[in-house]
Amino acid sequence: MSSTSSASVGAAPPVTEAPPGGPSRWRKHATALAFLTPAIVFLSVWVIYPAIRTFIRSLFSDGGDEFVWFDNYTALFSDERVVTAMKNNAIWVAVVPAGVTALGLVFAVLTERVRWAVAFKFAVFMPLAISLFAVGVIWRIMYEKDPDSGVVNALIASGRDAVKEPGVLPTAKPSSEAVTGTPKGGIRLEETVEPGGTAFIGLTAIPPRDMPASAKQAVEPEAREGGITGVVWRDFKPGGGTPGEVETEELGIPRVTVELRSSAGGKIAEAKTEDDGTFVFEGVEGGQYEVVVGSATFANPFGGVSWLGEKLITPALLIAYLWASAGFAMVVIGAGLAAISRDVLEAARTDGATEWQVFRRVTIPLLAPVLTVVFVTQIIGVLKVFDIVLSLAPEASRDNATVIALEMWEKSFAGQNRFGFGSAISMFLFALFIPFLILNIRRFRAENG
Amino acid sequence: MATAVAPTRAQPVVIEESVATRALRVLARAPVHIVLIVIALLWLLPTLGLFFTSLLQPEDLGEGGWWQVFSEPSKLTFENYRTMVGNEGITSALITTAWITTGATILPIMVAALAGYAFAWLEFPGRDWIFLGVIALLLVPLQMALIPIFQLYNATGLYDTILGLILFHSAFALPFAIFLLRNFFAGIPKDLMEAARIDGASEMRIFFRLILPLGLPAVASLGIFQVLFVWNDLLVGLVLAQDNQPIQPAIASQLRQFGANLEVIAPASFFSAIIPLAIFLAFQRYFVQGLLAGSVK
Repeated sequence: MSSTSSASVGAAPPVTEAPPGGPSRWRKHATALAFLTPAIVFLSVWVIYPAIRTFIRSLFSDGGDEFVWFDNYTALFSDERVVTAMKNNAIWVAVVPAGVTALGLVFAVLTERVRWAVAFKFAVFMPLAISLFAVGVIWRIMYEKDPDSGVVNALIASGRDAVKEPGVLPTAKPSSEAVTGTPKGGIRLEETVEPGGTAFIGLTAIPPRDMPASAKQAVEPEAREGGITGVVWRDFKPGGGTPGEVETEELGIPRVTVELRSSAGGKIAEAKTEDDGTFVFEGVEGGQYEVVVGSATFANPFGGVSWLGEKLITPALLIAYLWASAGFAMVVIGAGLAAISRDVLEAARTDGATEWQVFRRVTIPLLAPVLTVVFVTQIIGVLKVFDIVLSLAPEASRDNATVIALEMWEKSFAGQNRFGFGSAISMFLFALFIPFLILNIRRFRAENG
Repeated sequence: MATAVAPTRAQPVVIEESVATRALRVLARAPVHIVLIVIALLWLLPTLGLFFTSLLQPEDLGEGGWWQVFSEPSKLTFENYRTMVGNEGITSALITTAWITTGATILPIMVAALAGYAFAWLEFPGRDWIFLGVIALLLVPLQMALIPIFQLYNATGLYDTILGLILFHSAFALPFAIFLLRNFFAGIPKDLMEAARIDGASEMRIFFRLILPLGLPAVASLGIFQVLFVWNDLLVGLVLAQDNQPIQPAIASQLRQFGANLEVIAPASFFSAIIPLAIFLAFQRYFVQGLLAGSVK
């Protein structure tokens, strides 16, 4: 402060009231112009002029030599990929702003009275500093299809394994005439068995890698009084062997579920095979029984959900985007929460409102302006979304994952050079922003009289 | 922030609280803590995945997921990063990005500060209308400029140059920067300004000696935003550069063979994320302020 005044000591008295139209007024305007010129030049050359050019260009053919009126615009709606892009952008707008706002609200409220909130907020906020392009790379690693290398599918696989035993023999076939059936319906012994009998269920066409590591040399079952015994084994011996006979070097198949069914078809008992393939049903009443290896045993092992395939690519993108953006909403809403006066909340509580009522009837209405800002900001961001689609969606799924900004780039620059069509896409995108543009101007004018 | 307005009235109750009721209260909150811990871990998981992937050799990645590092930590190696440092394409892209980011942060802030001052404190005809125009430009997507600027750059030799990218990013940063700085400058007390003017200081002098120092917090917020935005840009670099590509487009060109190039993509992506993360961590306060001041873009 003092530095500004010290320099002017002894200077002529300042002209505070210049006569209208006088030279000092011109000087004032000239000064203002000098301050504004760099910005005006930048905005004119790089924003305003190109925007006008883009509009004009959108009325010409791709080559630029033919005036085609609005043909490029009508062509937008007959281009299959552009239509998919518009639909996808609509999905993005329907899901992301609501999702991000909801997540942000929940996180902000949950962390409000937690001491280590800073650490939590850092974890959720951090992705905001990472480029959306890198976010795509990060989630491409997460979504790997093979449950052995993709975390998402690995989590799903372990969830499934906890609920049901994984199938072990997706390709198995009966090894001899004595056994019939298909993996789908279950494989069973052709002839029924009665108590004291034995069941030999030989299977082939099992690749070595499908065999459980614990498998041991198969053993012929010993008949047992009042019970049914049997063996399930890999009836294949390198260099040949006799189908239907347990021989050396043939492995028993462990952990196979064998069912005992009455001749009417109802399930009576279940047994699991040992490492040597043998199984036992104890205390079986007299009669004829079918011995069946259930279809569950032959179910395909979980190969992973194809997140990056054509069907799931957009949901996969939305999840990744929510992950990246929730922190933004959390911080902005958190600041809004902190600004709410405690007295108002206390007053509501004193009046006997429950915590939920306070939240629903007091907190949310007070937060409404903040929630709106988050929501609108997200709509604007989502309409422009580009980077994450380019990096997360493999080229094979692009037809299904595409968005408007990606189409604009692909049609104009990725080897196609369709400048007329690309300009029309840009104009379409701009048109989507116009409501927000008007909203912004209105809000500004309302705030500034 | 208003966190200081904690309910002081509750204080005496807390002191009288017995150990048992205190334990009960903590226990009742336990589910919240557990939920928060699970969410925090889930949120960290993807980034950790990229980090560990970048530290594994391709042959190890072929064998299984990155979480094998927990059972076999000896597999971790900086080998991929060593290769990356030797990769001309990646290192030169990083240097290019650094130049573009520096230029495209300083230049628009200077230009916007001048304009913001004019809009806030100087009188000229049509001031409010021109400012409304700036607000309108806030919502012009940069796609609107790509094709004409691409052609203009090809005609003038600015295509594929660092300068071309700096100028483009600067221009599109201006509406927001002018908006934010004008609002910030307008909040400077009028007395201060009038005192300086009565003292006969020139507008230039006022701008450099009074306005800029006072506006530093706003300039800092803007600067961080712009650094993150330019460093993380993919689209502009993809369109306006070819041999002088910044880092994001440079990595993008490896994507076609994602699996095979993972030992390049993962370390480059992680490294390119480290820089904005570090800046973000160092200046988090300004970042959040800027976020709150300007969530209109």
